[in-house]
Amino acid sequence: MTDTPLLKLHALRYTWPGSTDPIVLPNLTINQGEKVFLYGPSGSGKSTLLALVGGLVKPDRGEVWFGGRRLDQMSGRQRDRFRADHLGIIFQQFNLLPWLDVRSNVALPCRFSKLRAQRAGDIHEACDALLMGMDLESVLWSKRADALSVGQQQRVAAARALIGQPDLILADEPTSALDLDRRTQFIDLLFKQVSLSGSTLLFVSHEQDLASRFDRQLSLGEVGA
Amino acid sequence: MNLVMLAWRSLLNRRSSIALTIITIAFSIALLVVVEQLRQEVRQGFYRSVSGVDLIVGARTAPIQLLLYSVFGIGGATNNIDWQTYEELTQLPEVAWAVPMALGDSHRGYRVMGTSKAFFDAFKVGNQEALTIQSGRAKEDLFNDLFDVVIGAQVASQLGYAVGDAIVLSHGTGNVSLQNHDQLPFQIAAVLSPTGTPIDQQLYVSLEAHHALHVGWESGVQRRGAGLGLAEARALREELQPETLTAIFLGLKTRVAVFGLQRRVNEYRVEPLSAIIPGITLQELWRISGLAEQVLRVVAFLVVVTGLLGMLTVLLTTLNERRREMAILRANGARPHQIATLLIWEAGLIAMAGIGVGLVLAYAAQWLAAPFLLDKLGIYLSLNWPTLWQWGVLGAIWLAGLLVALIPAFLAYRRTLADGMQVRS
Repeated sequence: MTDTPLLKLHALRYTWPGSTDPIVLPNLTINQGEKVFLYGPSGSGKSTLLALVGGLVKPDRGEVWFGGRRLDQMSGRQRDRFRADHLGIIFQQFNLLPWLDVRSNVALPCRFSKLRAQRAGDIHEACDALLMGMDLESVLWSKRADALSVGQQQRVAAARALIGQPDLILADEPTSALDLDRRTQFIDLLFKQVSLSGSTLLFVSHEQDLASRFDRQLSLGEVGA
Repeated sequence: MNLVMLAWRSLLNRRSSIALTIITIAFSIALLVVVEQLRQEVRQGFYRSVSGVDLIVGARTAPIQLLLYSVFGIGGATNNIDWQTYEELTQLPEVAWAVPMALGDSHRGYRVMGTSKAFFDAFKVGNQEALTIQSGRAKEDLFNDLFDVVIGAQVASQLGYAVGDAIVLSHGTGNVSLQNHDQLPFQIAAVLSPTGTPIDQQLYVSLEAHHALHVGWESGVQRRGAGLGLAEARALREELQPETLTAIFLGLKTRVAVFGLQRRVNEYRVEPLSAIIPGITLQELWRISGLAEQVLRVVAFLVVVTGLLGMLTVLLTTLNERRREMAILRANGARPHQIATLLIWEAGLIAMAGIGVGLVLAYAAQWLAAPFLLDKLGIYLSLNWPTLWQWGVLGAIWLAGLLVALIPAFLAYRRTLADGMQVRS
């Protein structure tokens, strides 16, 4: 491990197309291997932050450091490449391509990133290991994704985010569609797998009661301000 | 490859609406292919019918008219030519064979041609194939009896005739003729093998028999009490030399002589004649029918355009429902251009399936229609593979499908850029 933080946001500002209000984001630093809880109630600029970290948009101003590289200076192509190689993303809901089987859904990032395909090694085996790790029974693996329950789908999504050991797992309210029991189970499994792959986790949520389980807690309203 | 698989799985998921789109395109392709194949087959069929003939000689008339009535039984001759002309033509050094043709009778709607034995020996169709006998007497024994009749394959199959049957010819060429040559029945001596040309739809009698039928009919109807009996006619066979003919088919020893002879016949001073080179006259015919063909082709082409527009509609309307899908792909590392490519592949697969199904439909339709077309219209359909040119057209249609898909692909591209990682509404 180096001393360079994995992710560092500095003086970011972004204006969505068609909008006149710029969104100003607080500075934040995340170190490699950390599991960070980011409290982000709606309207706090959460999706803007995710879009910037995901490299989907370029900030008007400010810096996004990832490892030693500046995301905000990359071309659209480079950012696409970066996202494919280094990020695993879990949404709140509807993460999966409903018409694809579970295993193919998990393998999806390897279709778009050679690096992750290489790291995964035997993609089939890697999928199976992750699906097993997320406590999904093997009878489900070849089913269509939309045949699964919401909780199962979220676990498949986590397995997919983890395949090929990306540096950062971006989780955007991944538990808000789950009931309490399943939420706890999901986070347990996610933590275990994130630790196994050595990835860093940035978990964005408005469910503050989860925060205590993380290494560090940040809030969008106040981070680094 | 990966993207194609994804496109394929995505299409499978929407199989009912996609199937309809494919069927729409398939029908339009089928129409295009059938129109094109029919056009070609009809032309091919016409060429097959005259491929062995170097010159056709008739009374002075328009070349196309002469071709149509002499070979295809469409329309009729306005004038006859003199027997003397036939004799002179047969003696020309460049003439290899001459087949006389005397028309005027029919049998249950089929045309009866008075001719000589030279017809069976010299006439060639299709790929220079000589006529052959399907059943009945050998070629050299035909017309041994004055009242022998040889029938085309289709006449035999349609009317259920066999060798040995006796038939009565009718005067005139209408389907329902009130005046039959009852007193002179013919006996079927042979049935010709099918040729896929109008030859299959005719009956053949000797010129002498043709003449015998019309003794006493000089005014167009039978004079009361005139006409020959069977025995009488047979006895008089040597003298039953016809005075006029409808047309003469000529084969030359060398094809180079054809233009010279054509000119000489056209300038023949004893009577006004027309000589035509069938291939050239067919070209003239195609020039006339070409306009109708072009209209058909344009219509078929527009139908294909409609099919592709239908596909565009489906792709565009589903684009909105699929924003989530695009966002997922994007979050998992798909680049905007890959998402655009995905849509183009979908269109490519749809168009490909449409073209494939369309071809199957087109050939099925032709296969089903072939017997009917042969019976009713005398068009012989040989199920040929599409020509290189047709494959080219189909390929161009496929490319057009890809081009059409550029529109939704571009929209998806722009949208994925603007949406970011989440679906923003």
